[in-house]
This record gives sequence, C-alpha cells and structure tokens, in this order.
Amino acid sequence: METIQGSEPRLPAPDKPYPVTVLGYPAEMIGPTATYAKVSEQVAGIPLKHPNPKFWFIGFTIAFSLFLMLCGAVSYLIYRGVGIWGINIPVAWGFAITNFVWWIGIGHAGTFISAILLLLHQKWRTTINRFTEAMTLFAVMCAGLFPLLHLGRPWVFFWLLPYPDTMSLWPQFRSPLVWDVFAVSTYFLVSLMFWYLGVMPDLATVRDKAKTKWKKIIYGMCCMGWRGSAVHWQRHQTAYLLLGGLATPLVLSVHSVVSFDFSVAQLPGWHSTLFPPYFVAGAIYSGFAMVLNLLIPIRRIYGLQNLITTRTLNNMACVTLATCWMVVYGYIMEAFTAWYSGDPFEKHMMWDRAFGAYGWVFWILMLLNCVIPQLLWSRRVRTHDIALFFVALSANIGMWIERFVIVVQSLHNDFVPSSWAMYIPTKWDWITLFGSIGLFLMLQFLFIRYVPMISISESRELIAQRKEGQL
Amino acid sequence: MKTPDPAPRLDLAAIRARLNGARGQQYWRSLDEISETPEFKEMLQREFPNGASEWDDGVSRRSFLKMAAASLALAGLTACTKQPVREILPYVKQPEELVPGEPLFYATSMPLGGYATGVLAKSREGHPIKVDGNPEHPASRGASSIWMQASILDLYDPDRSQAFTHDGEISTWSDFIAELNEIAREQQTQHGAGLRFLTETITSPTLAAQLDALLKKFPQAKLHQFDAISRDNVREGARVAFGELVETQHRFDKAAVILSLESDFLYTHPQRLRYTRDFTDGRRVSGGKQEMNRLYVIESTPSVTGAMADHRLPLGSGEIEKVARRIASRFGIAANSASDTQDPQLESWVSAVVGDLEKNRGKSIIIAGESQPPMVHALCHLLNDKLGNVGNTLFYTEPAEFRPTNQLESLRELVQEMNSGAVQTLFILGGNPVFSAPVDFDFPAALPKVKRSIYLATDFDETAALCTWHIPQAHYLESWGDGKSFDGTVTLQQPLIEPLYGGKTAFEILGILFRQQPIRDDYENVREYWQSQKPGPDFKTQWRRAVHDGFIAGTALPEKKPGLKTEAITAALNSNKSGGAELELVFRPDPSVWDGRFANNGWLQECARPVTKLTWDNAVLVSPALAQRNQLTTDDVVELEFNGRKLRGPVWVQPGQAENTVALQLGYGRSRVGRVGRGVGFNSYLLRDSQSLWRSAGLKITRLNDRQHLVATQTHHNLHSPERQIYREGSLEEFRSDTQFVKKSLDQPANEDTLYNTDEYKYEGYKWGMSIDLTTCIGCNACLLACNAENNIPVVGKEQVNKNREMYWIRIDTYYKGPLDNPEFSHMPVPCMQCEHAPCELVCPVEATVHDHEGLNLQIYNRCVGTRFCSNNCPYKVRRFNFLWYADYKTPSFKPMYNPDVTVRWRGVMEKCTYCIQRISRARITAEKENRLIREGEIQTACQQACPASAIVFGDLNTPGSKVAALKTNPLDYAMLGELNTRPRTTYLAKLRNPNSEIENKPTASS
Repeated sequence: METIQGSEPRLPAPDKPYPVTVLGYPAEMIGPTATYAKVSEQVAGIPLKHPNPKFWFIGFTIAFSLFLMLCGAVSYLIYRGVGIWGINIPVAWGFAITNFVWWIGIGHAGTFISAILLLLHQKWRTTINRFTEAMTLFAVMCAGLFPLLHLGRPWVFFWLLPYPDTMSLWPQFRSPLVWDVFAVSTYFLVSLMFWYLGVMPDLATVRDKAKTKWKKIIYGMCCMGWRGSAVHWQRHQTAYLLLGGLATPLVLSVHSVVSFDFSVAQLPGWHSTLFPPYFVAGAIYSGFAMVLNLLIPIRRIYGLQNLITTRTLNNMACVTLATCWMVVYGYIMEAFTAWYSGDPFEKHMMWDRAFGAYGWVFWILMLLNCVIPQLLWSRRVRTHDIALFFVALSANIGMWIERFVIVVQSLHNDFVPSSWAMYIPTKWDWITLFGSIGLFLMLQFLFIRYVPMISISESRELIAQRKEGQL
Repeated sequence: MKTPDPAPRLDLAAIRARLNGARGQQYWRSLDEISETPEFKEMLQREFPNGASEWDDGVSRRSFLKMAAASLALAGLTACTKQPVREILPYVKQPEELVPGEPLFYATSMPLGGYATGVLAKSREGHPIKVDGNPEHPASRGASSIWMQASILDLYDPDRSQAFTHDGEISTWSDFIAELNEIAREQQTQHGAGLRFLTETITSPTLAAQLDALLKKFPQAKLHQFDAISRDNVREGARVAFGELVETQHRFDKAAVILSLESDFLYTHPQRLRYTRDFTDGRRVSGGKQEMNRLYVIESTPSVTGAMADHRLPLGSGEIEKVARRIASRFGIAANSASDTQDPQLESWVSAVVGDLEKNRGKSIIIAGESQPPMVHALCHLLNDKLGNVGNTLFYTEPAEFRPTNQLESLRELVQEMNSGAVQTLFILGGNPVFSAPVDFDFPAALPKVKRSIYLATDFDETAALCTWHIPQAHYLESWGDGKSFDGTVTLQQPLIEPLYGGKTAFEILGILFRQQPIRDDYENVREYWQSQKPGPDFKTQWRRAVHDGFIAGTALPEKKPGLKTEAITAALNSNKSGGAELELVFRPDPSVWDGRFANNGWLQECARPVTKLTWDNAVLVSPALAQRNQLTTDDVVELEFNGRKLRGPVWVQPGQAENTVALQLGYGRSRVGRVGRGVGFNSYLLRDSQSLWRSAGLKITRLNDRQHLVATQTHHNLHSPERQIYREGSLEEFRSDTQFVKKSLDQPANEDTLYNTDEYKYEGYKWGMSIDLTTCIGCNACLLACNAENNIPVVGKEQVNKNREMYWIRIDTYYKGPLDNPEFSHMPVPCMQCEHAPCELVCPVEATVHDHEGLNLQIYNRCVGTRFCSNNCPYKVRRFNFLWYADYKTPSFKPMYNPDVTVRWRGVMEKCTYCIQRISRARITAEKENRLIREGEIQTACQQACPASAIVFGDLNTPGSKVAALKTNPLDYAMLGELNTRPRTTYLAKLRNPNSEIENKPTASS
C-alpha cells in the first residue's frame, strides 16, 4: 500500500478484478486496459470518425432549435425593450440576472477542476478537465450575454468599459457592476487561454491522425505548429501551471464579485457579508452538478467509462455533497442573521421568503438543493451513474431557483409596503432562459464533435504513471 | 377572460378578529394584506395571468398610439401650433414680452360644472403647455385640481371631434350658418315655439345675455339645463329653508368644528380649491399655533373629505337624514326624530358632536353634500343659524348661476316635449345627455324625434351620434369666453392658441341665431357684451386689465341675508319617512373622469383614484361586512338589479364603506369615445333613474361566476408594522403634551455616527430641500398630475400599470389604520427623497445618477444604460423605468404639448423626480443675470404649485428664514426610513389628528 502525494491508497479486492480504495471504491483513475495507443485512438477518434452520429444530430438539432429561439427572443428584445420581460418596479431584475449568476456559477466547476485540483495534484481530474474547461467557457459565454441583454439600452454597453471617450467619461468604479465587467472578462480570457493551451497538443494528435487534407490543414492551423518537442512540452507545462496559478484566485474572486452585485446594495436579503463565500460554494456546487449532468450521458454514449471511471464520478459526487453543505450552512446563517439582527426589514424578508407569496418557490429550493442531494451520502447513489445524474439535475435546478429567490424575492418585498409587487415571468423570460441553455448545449455539441474532449496527453501521462507504479 | 373558477373567499371575520386583537399602531394597506390566508396567497398568484405577454392584451396603448398617428395623418393635420388670429405676436416684430425660449403666462379660466376657475396657462413659442391656478383668483389661489392639470391633454387629444357633421356626413361651418339662418326664419314665424336649448349649468354673463335676448326674440322658446352631477338638492334645500334660491359661501378657515353630512367639500364641491386651502389653513399646526380644526364626517362611501376626518362615521346615505334630525332635536328643533330607532353607539357619537358644536358656537360649520336630500340641506341651514355660524363661518349670496333651476325637472319637461313632438329644433350645448341623462327619461329614444338637433361638444360622443348636426367645440384654451366662479367673481377666458380642429363656441352659434349678420366670432361676442355693460371711454383699459388679470376684481357676490323659514322646514320634516335597512345604491362622480367627460384623458384614467387607488376602471364598491355576508371578494363580477334594470361590474371591497351601501362611480363604460376611454369600466348611468340620482334603496346584488381583474397601484401588500419608520402620526393632545413625541419614536442615526469625515462636503451655496405636511395632505392627486404635465411623463395603460410599471414621479401612498369597517386613512405623497447619502448613486456603473453641489440627486438620461440597479437599491422605490417606448414621439398633436424644458425620455432609461430642476435652472439664470441670489419663493416645484393644501414646501435650506428651513426645525419633522441614514432632503411633518376624546373610534354599531 504505497502512496505518493496526490494519489490514494490502492488495496487489492479479492472479489473484484481491480484494486479499490479504503472505502471500497474502484481505485482506478483510468481503465486497466488503457494503453497509449488506445487512448489516442479512442479520444481523437471522436472528432475524426464521428461515432454515434444519430445521437449527435438529434442532440444538436434540439440545441440549435433552442438557440434559434434565443436569437428570436433577443431580436424582439432589442426591438421592443426589456418590458417584454416580467420585470417591473420594484422587481427590476428578474430572469436575466438570475440566469447570469447561475451560468457564471456553473462555469466555476471547470476552473475549480482544472486549476485548484491541478495545483492540489488531484489526478482524477485528468480525464475530465478538458471537458469541464470547455463547459466553463460556454457557461461564461451564456452568462456574459445576460448583463448585456438586460440593459435598457444594450447598444451602449461599452460605456461600462474604461475607454478614452471624447467626453472623458469613465465608468463609476464604486459600482459592483463595473467590477463585474472586469471579473467576467478576465475570467473568460484566462479560461480561454488555459483551455486552449491544454487542447493544443491534442489538436496536434488529431492533425496527425487525420486522413483528409482539410482536416489536416484546419487542425494543423489550430494546433499552431505543435511538434511535440521537449522544448514545446517544457514551455507548455510551465505556461499551463502558471495559468493554473492565475486561474486559481479567479475561482474565488469571480463569484465573490458577482455576489457584490447584491451584497453592496442595502436591500434586505442582499445586504449580507455572507454572500461572497456563499456564492462561491454555490457556484462550485452547481458547476459540479452541471459537469455530472453533461458527462454521465456522454460517457455512456461514447463509451468512455474506461477513461471517466466510476471513481471519478464518485469523487465529483463527494465534492458536490461537500459544497451542498456549505450552501446549506449559508441558508441557515442567512436565517439566523435575519433573526439575530432584530432588523424588522430583514426579519420580514426572511419570513416572506419562507411563507410569503414566493414561499412555495423557496420550499422547492430547499427540497432540490438541500434534501435530495443528501442521497449522495449513499455510496450506491454516488457510483450509480443514472441516480447520480438525477441528483445532479436536482442540484442544478435548485441552484437556479436559489438565484431566482435571491434576486426576485428580496426585491418584491423591500422597505416600503406600498411599492411591493409580484414578478411574473413572461414567455420571453422563459424562452431566453431555455434559449441560453440551447446556446450552451449547441456549443457543447460542437465541442465534442470537433475537439478531443478528453485530454489525450494527460491521460497518457496517467498511463505512464500507472506503469511506473505511481498511481 | 379567464375561465371562472370558484373564487377564493377572504375570511373577513378572521381579519376583523385580527384587527381587533392588534395592539398599538398597526397600519394596513388593503384587505389583501391583512387577510394573509393561504387561500389569499393562492389567489394572489392566480390573479396574475401567468406568462402573460404584453402583446396578448387586445389593443395595447402602443397600437392605439399608432392608430392615433395614422388617423391624424389621414386627417391631413400637419401642424398644430397655429396662433390665434387675434392679438397675434409675430416674431419678426419681436414684441417686448415675447422672447423665444421664455414662457409666457396668460390668465384665463377653466369651466367645469358651469363654474369658472381662474387659471394661469403657460405658453411656449405659441403653444400652451401647462395650466396652473391663478394665484390672484379667489376660486383658485394658485391651486390646481386634477382636471385643470389634465385639461392640457384634452386640448391636444387627437380623438377630439374635428369636423362638422350633418346627418353623419362631414359638413362645413358655412352650411351650418345657412342652417342657422333657416332655423331663425322658421322659428321667427312661430315665435320660437319649436325651439329649445339644453345647456349645462351656465354662469357666463355673455352667454346669459345671449340666451336672454334669444328668449326675448323667440318668446315661446325654452331653456333647459342639465348637469349629470347637479346641485339640485342644494338648490331645493335653500328653497325650503329660505323660500328662495341662495348660495352658501363657507369660510372653513374660521371654523373650529366642521360637520360634513356627506359633503365632499374638498374634492367635488365647485369651490373645492378655495375650501381646501381654507380648511388646511385651519388645520395646520405651526409656529406657536397649537390649535387645529376638527372634522366630523358622516358618509356612506369614503371620499377625499371623509379620509381627512378626525371622526368618520360610515352610515348609509339614507340614514344620514336621521342623524341630522337627531342633532337638530338636540338643539331644540322639532325635528321629529323620536320615532327613529335608538342606537346607543350612534347616540354617544351624536352627543359628542353636539357637545363639540355647542362649545364652538359661531365657530362651526355644518355642511351637507349634493347627494343628500333637500331636507338635510334645510336642516343644515337651520342648525348653522341656531349655532350662530351665519355671518361668522358662512354667509349667503345670490347663486352665481344663470337662471338656477331644478335641472332634473327641467330635463324631464324637455323630454316630455320631445316625445310629444313639440320640439322642432333642439340646441344641445355640451353635456352629453344621451350618455348621462337619467335612464328612465330614455333620452336616446326621444332625441331622434326632434327634427333638428344641434350638438356642440368637444368630442363626437354618444349624443353627437344621435343628433342631426354636430359642431366641434373649441377647448377653453382655444376660445374667448367668460364665466363666474362660485363666489360670483367674473372670470375671463382668453385663448392661447387658434382652435386646432376649427372648433366653435356657443357664443358664435347663439349669436348667429339671434342676429344673422354680421357674423361675430367668440372674441367679438364676448367683448361686445362687456362693452355694453361698461360703456365709456375707459372701456379699452378696463378690458385690457380684466383680460390681463383673468378676472374682474370685486365682482364677488355681495352677502345676502335671507330670512330663514323655520316653520316651513320643521313642517316639511314631519312629512318625511325613514328609510329601511335594505341595500342602498349610491352614485358618485368619479374622482378622475367626473361625469364621463374626461373618459378619454389618459392622465386622469391612469392616476390612482384617491382612497381606492384604482386605475383605468370603475368598480362596485361594497363594504367588508356586505362582502362577508354575500361571499364577495374584490374582482368578483356581480349583477346589480335595481328597479328592474340590471348591470354587471367587478366588486371592490372598500374598507370604511357603510355596511349596506353599494357605491358606483359614474362616467365609465362610454360607448362612443376616443381610443383611450374605449372599453374602460361599465356604465353606471344605466341604473341611475330620476328617482335615484344619488341614492336609492332596494338594490339586489348577485355574484356571478366570473372575475374581472381590477388594477390598483397599491394592493397586494403585506402587513406594515410600525417598526418600519415610514408613517408617523399622533393626536393634537399628544403633541401638546410632548412636542418631541415624533422624534422619540424614531431611531435615526446622528450625522456624527460615521467613520468618514463629516465635513467632507459642506453645502455652502444653495441647499435644496422639501417638506411635506402629512396633516394637510388631502390625497387629491393634483401634485401627481401637475408633475405629469410639467415633466412630460407618459401614460402606460392599464395592462402596464397592472405590471407595476406606472411612470408617475410622485405617488400618493394611502394607509389604513384601525378597524375594517371604519379605518382611519393616511395619505403620503412620495417623490424622490433626494438623499444626501443616495443609495442609487454608488451602484450606477456609468455615473448616470450623481449628486450635485446643491444636494440634488441628478439623473442623466443620455448617460443611463438602464441597468436598473439604482431602483433596486432605492429604499423608497421612487425611480421609474421606461420599460417599453412609453413616450409618444409620433402623434403630431402631442408634440406641442410637451414641456420643451424637459427631456422626453426614451426607452430603457431610468427617470425620477428632479425637484423640477428646469425651474431651478430658470430661476438661477434669472438671478445670475441680475447678479443676485435666488430669492425665497422664487422657485416652486410643480407639485408644490398645484397643491391646494399647501402641503408641499420647497426651497433653499441655507437661506435664512426660508419657509422650508423653518419647517425642518419643526418638531414634527421626520425622515422616512431615516434609520437607513440616507439623509433624505425630502422630509415629512408627521400627521396630527384632532380627535374628540369623547368618541372612541370603533366600528359602527351595526357590525
């Protein structure tokens, strides 16, 4: 039972053909039969040979249709104005900001897996990091859309950027919305670079394996002349680690900044010092749930069980459960603070959250976010991919509802009762939400179709480490 | 319409129990909020059409405006800034008084209900843009009513009638002149036997003289008058009491105790503005004055006056006479009240009021409303006389009206003659009788029996559709005229603009009828009359003076001392029968659309009605007790059956309504109206017959299996605990014993309690601030509409109001306190607080809302990108967002209406109250040109200027001795939500009530 840093104990299990961990899970991070050649063939084969095209086409068609609906909704939005949504005074933010916070949160799992787990030498991340980084990118794209669209005059969004205009006007740096601009754009750029750097060697592999001229040319251009020389690898590794280091604080900072959009305001239900950590935990929670929701079907369809092993799923489920409890702690503290403060507005907000007009939403949130994920205490659920899929789905929807409750419920009953009102989403709100999911899935489908979705080089590293007995 | 479902019931009994069990001050906003039942919450969610999109709701306001634009284009209207022909002031001559970009003010007068109110109309580059009260005029004193403010929109209304029609065909003025000549010839031979005139109440001396002359020329012609909101009861009451028609002029500023028997003297009385000013002057506690008047109101349905009462007694309209008799008998008048049932609670109420009146002999007023029968008015005259009030708090004059008459009988006679065929030619000069005449007269059926019916009106309405001739009437801002105010002051009317649609006046029509040649226009007619009245060499000077002032000073009617016929009154009393306990129906003019004439005015339709806060609808107002008994909730559609006539409408459960009274507002459900008023509400006139002009018993109410959503600006709210430092009030007693009682109830952080440098910025120049007096605010909406006209605020329509997107910059929150059946009402106007620590400012990412060196919280429209974060962070929720294209850029006729000093805001931009910054700028420019500081009183915000109660005071806090600075040191001054340390510049003076310690405010005996 030798271990090195970053690996876990491997015990022989008499009744199983593979070693297990102390708790009895499969200890394999990569299938026992995987070899260098097999991994390359399997992963690079997906973009090159396009296996299982029926699934892809059906999935892509659905996603693309949703995306077209989004295009329609956005066109109408720009034509008519944000009044097509259900927002009003007092609830001036509705689905758009809910979606923004949700999508940004989802992105966090990717960076968490690729950066923090990289620095922590968590090797089980190897086979999923590529996919989750891509998911981060797409989620941030979807997220970035909403702050633009929700503007009353989206065509002047660039006034939020510090550029030298003729009037010498700058953004107002005390506003968290300006911080958002920087946080989200930094996040997107770093994620993009990190992801692209990682995918470069694999694009070279695809180029090398490609049979047709155009594929060779296109993949060849995309891998930027990667030759796999030792110098390339040395620089690649340095840059990768550096970017990993750069991305790490972003995991914590981006959603902290997003939470400032709320906590800087003095609104009961928003004005809370708890928000930054609470939002980060929630982000990672929903992100992991989204990764599970995406990976579980893909793993089955493309037969990737040997690379994305049950152990990987189990680990992800454990992170989900841990962050779930952080979020639950957040909920408890929110209620406690409201009660302990003695502030009539805070107390009313909390009371209204649970028993007011949106009370039913809150209790669905509690069920989806706090109760159902407790199934993850069960090892059988964690290792059963279909069960895990549904638990993750519950957490995903739950986290969306949580954002909704924070945004809408806090606004609808604020200080002066004469202004209180309900927010009822219109069909355009719903179309935009599902349209953004369509955009996300469409990009996801294009990604799995054209880019190796598992890091070939890093998987081969795992095999090497296993050969050397380091795994 | 949604599929009818079993409507959830409000458990009114539980609410009542809850309110009775409540301790301390507890405010509630509406029935919804105190119910808090799960069923209610369910209903709340279902009430809103889930997923409803803004394009699902029939003809939207936007498509309406498109149609409006298209129809104008077809009408060939290209420009609307035509100058009046007379006294035109061309720029090439550059007359001294006209400077481009500078406004000009003209004194003129607005007629409503026959009476003229002096106004100052503001004109910019030749088009009127705003109407305010004429500070010199005795009926206005500078104050405005909502109708004055909204009349500017009526002027530019693209739906106004734009063509002469004859038998439905478009005709011309010259054709009509030919017709008039024909009529004159024809009637000449028969001495006018077939000639009839139907007018509204008339006070215009010119018109009176013309009619006199006409009736002399055609001796058998007859004049009939009819106003749907008539003052017949007042006239008949005076006739009973004095044997002649006299008008009562009240001096509310001199009264210490006021008892109103269903008189809404602050809102519907012809002298409303003056009375409000006087009443609130007597109520304001300031400086060393620690006295205030006390108002008792007995009424069946909550009115503006009722909401101001220190003691309000909800009582069926038919029961009020009994109370009046009871009070009278206490003063030794044989009022035959012994037979009435004794009700101990009512009795103690009456005793307390009588005691108070007794103590304040010569300093009290008893006033009865138009809806009360003549006997009550007669009793009031008697009581006022007994109490020695005559000559002190009130005096009598001749009526200001021309030939005052019993208008109901007048119309009845006309209809009989129309039906008998005696009427050949009928001139209807305004009033829309087809819509508003009592339903049993069946005026619409009688009208086609008249050979020639000629109708002069601003709109092509229900009456126009049935008349042979329709003449578009010129708006009062388009024509010359005159009139008298309630006290008799002669008030002149001059036009600011040439008639936009070629409208004519009654003067021109009657002038031709009387004297065919030469054809005189309105100016010549009016001037000629006055010349004949005041001949002499200095007429020209006098005329110029009168037109300039807008009225002739010193023409108020002299006091008259009519002899009271006590025996006649008591004799009449004896013949009176008492009403039963059955359900009664009362009719009220609508607080916004009045008798229906303002139905096409979007500003009025959208402004939340005082008390109910309903917009864009009328409703069947029922009491909570009745709702409980009949299983009714707000929005339930009911069928009202009365005298065999049936009417359907949605229910509004109104706290404070008398138990067995169902109230209907008139003026809705217009069938022939412009696009704004179409399909709004239901027509209550369909139940109003000549026996029940105001009130009648014997109503049946049946709930139908249907619901219709009523839209109010403030309904779905939850409990407002006094912990929220929003509304503060107390009694005069409390104030006298501890003037600091308001401050003590607050938890306001001291300015020094900060980590930052408190001297970081000192406001050393001007420091603008506002003070709003909650004691005197009557909740009349004048400020709201003045703001609307001043600041180019768009109308959004019912469906957008339903989504809480109304755009008004100032709102009037109304809170209830106390028992369901008889709550106390509190109004609170809420404009932008202009916080020194404005939460909105720091969250704007583009610096579109910033603070200026004088403490104004500015909103920069062209920098705003519309994140709406400022609104989210505003604890007062006074910011308004332009969610769709609310402003109307297209309708040509609206273009000259906009105030050119204020941006017309576009879509996607936040807006809010600016303290009328355009007025501050104008004053600043003037002051700087003259090298001086802005003087105290030089700037009035639009809301302040309009307020009849002078409840809003604006000014510079740094000017020593400024009114607003003094008010900020008033012990009653407090900041709304001051504990948030926003340090608002707008603060409030807590409301003081003056309750009689002998009365405990309890539900009425009946419940």
